Amino acid sequence: MSIGSTPMKFRVTIDPERCMNCGRCVENCSYGVFRREGDSIRINSRNCAACHRCIAFCPRDAIEIEEKPNDYRSHPVWTREVREAIFNQARTGRIILSGMGNAKPYPIIFDQLVLDACQVTNPSIDPLREPMELRTYLGKKPASLSLRPLPDGEVELRTKLTPNLQIETPIMIGHMSYGAISLNAQTALAKAVSRVGTFMGTGEGGLHESLYPYQDHMIVQVASGRFGVDINYLERGAAIEIKIGQGAKPGIGGHLPGDKVCTDISCTRMIPEGSDAISPAPHHDIYSIEDLKQLVRSLKEATEWKKPVFVKIAAVHNSAAIAAGIARSGADAVVVDGFRGGSGATPRVFRDHVGIPVEAAVASVDAKLRDQGIRNEVSIIASGGIRESADVAKIICLGADAVYIGTSALVAMGCRVCGTCYKGTCAWGIATQKPELVRRLDVETNAVQVENLIHGWTLELAELMGAAGINSIESLRGNRDRLRGYMLDEGLLQVLDVKTVGA
Amino acid sequence: MGAVHINAKDIHYTQLNEQIRTIVARGGKEIILDNILGQRFIADGLRGENVTITINGVPGGDLAMFMSGPTIIVHGNADHAPGNTMDKGTVIIHGSAGDAVAHSMRGGRIYVRDNIGYRGGIHMKQYMGKRPILVVGGSAQAFLGEYMAGGLLIVLGLNDAAPVSERGVGSGIHGGEIIVRGEVEEKYLGMGAKQQPLTSEQRAEILPVIEDFARVFNIDKEPLLAAEYSRIIPAHARPFANKYTWE
Repeated sequence: MSIGSTPMKFRVTIDPERCMNCGRCVENCSYGVFRREGDSIRINSRNCAACHRCIAFCPRDAIEIEEKPNDYRSHPVWTREVREAIFNQARTGRIILSGMGNAKPYPIIFDQLVLDACQVTNPSIDPLREPMELRTYLGKKPASLSLRPLPDGEVELRTKLTPNLQIETPIMIGHMSYGAISLNAQTALAKAVSRVGTFMGTGEGGLHESLYPYQDHMIVQVASGRFGVDINYLERGAAIEIKIGQGAKPGIGGHLPGDKVCTDISCTRMIPEGSDAISPAPHHDIYSIEDLKQLVRSLKEATEWKKPVFVKIAAVHNSAAIAAGIARSGADAVVVDGFRGGSGATPRVFRDHVGIPVEAAVASVDAKLRDQGIRNEVSIIASGGIRESADVAKIICLGADAVYIGTSALVAMGCRVCGTCYKGTCAWGIATQKPELVRRLDVETNAVQVENLIHGWTLELAELMGAAGINSIESLRGNRDRLRGYMLDEGLLQVLDVKTVGA
Repeated sequence: MGAVHINAKDIHYTQLNEQIRTIVARGGKEIILDNILGQRFIADGLRGENVTITINGVPGGDLAMFMSGPTIIVHGNADHAPGNTMDKGTVIIHGSAGDAVAHSMRGGRIYVRDNIGYRGGIHMKQYMGKRPILVVGGSAQAFLGEYMAGGLLIVLGLNDAAPVSERGVGSGIHGGEIIVRGEVEEKYLGMGAKQQPLTSEQRAEILPVIEDFARVFNIDKEPLLAAEYSRIIPAHARPFANKYTWE
């Protein structure tokens, strides 16, 4: 005990004046904070993850959670997080595992970009009165069209078009595997995207058979572990996504610990129950950009060239050059996952320190592809830290065709961003496989909530576009003139290709 | 329908696969591809029971990738990753094959008469009734059976070469088994792998596979059945269990 116990992260208190002793907090907490002793409810604050399940279900607002009740001696360099990480590693000698996205207070570029609106010289458009075109097609667009007039006055299109995904709003849900999240959570997301006319990713966990009814709205992932991948899986997906990297942990693979591989996950991933599911850092059939081309083509060949193939990379320093290689690989879209992207379990050092923001990555990818005259070869999907409709509008202005949301969709299902997904005891039934917790997540209610969120954002996007005098998402895409940087430095303004406010 | 011949000279792999799929859809059971020269993805994602495709020539990479059912016989060498993420069926190569043979293979059999390149059997896995088998007659190069999660990988070291004498054998292995004739020098074993002699039950289990391999390639089986073998398996069931601590 040379280090002793560190200060509590949270202090939980129950106001005895308000508490009616109903015990809902005891029932709802999956971390073991509350217990009943005789007539009273006892509290062990050290178990608290601040998931707010107890607060949400307390009928009397009797519970209070105070964050960091005991401060360390303050110091700007030796922060609480730094000191506690050292204590942890001094005790264990291990890699620190964390959840959710980047938790360091880097400045957020989105919040230093502002959108434009029309005043006088060109009128804004009222989305209530005028049609707003938000439908987006993801995939290759031909560089030119070959047309032939027919005798009856019609025109024949002679250019062979490649398959595209049609989305009714440029908002999709990113890849969160069955394993990382529960089947109920996946099903709620699947229902939501089917109703909205958009898509979601399966993650690298296979496609559970209960999701087959939604397969036309599912993008199936092929990652380095190839879990759940066979020809049936590839054919079921509306599109196929090769996962090269993830914004929360660029450059490394993933391990689903064997204790999370239950019967149902085992059959979906096609691995024995209780075995570790290890996704290696690289795909071992991709050691070069030429090999990537080969995997892209092998997937297209296996599915008879009927499915778009996406390639997802983590946003890193060299994203633009990598994306140019992807565009030439035959892939139909490149997904750029920024360093704020979420994760169920990620080494803290990667989550907080590796990769770059999606805003800069998308802008540079878009610029590089345009410079090389191959922007039409791939769509750009941005993900990682998209929190609201304004972020969607801004990243589209920076060159994205569409976005993936992850954490936002989970928050719409109750997630409080407590960041303890890796413990597998999510009280909201999202990041857990414990049946008694998974049951808490009502599929239909949550499907409606996720649908509401996408619908609300889509309405806001239409309003923002209308205000800018734009009635088609295509006119917003890459339209940096509708953005201004507020207190961004000159170097970043150049990368984003955005002027400063006032200019 | 009798055997169908396709002269593959100068045919692109997509057209070739279209022809193969059409023949299989019409009930063709035997397809012979002549003049194959580097076409990739042959039989990629192909389904079909009792379908045999004979390849005369040298197929390109990812032969039988995602394949589910057919048998492929190659009279020649194969490029990298034959049987990549293969689900079911058989691939018999009368020659050598390149890197990453049987990469992530989940079911079926691959027999390579001669040698294979690096990363042979990497991340092979098994699930319930599906247990992939890769048998190599000659020798393998580094990182044999790396990250192996299931299945059976046998290297016989015929042709007067040791089965494997390069590093990283079974590194990160967490399931399945690698069997070599004789043994692998300890210094070549990868992290997380350990080598053991076979028990008589384990030996009895693999001998029918070796016998079948000898039959397919018309090799004298007796010396193989009499030989000593070693078994390389995970040193721990959960190699990464003690790597992490919670934030």
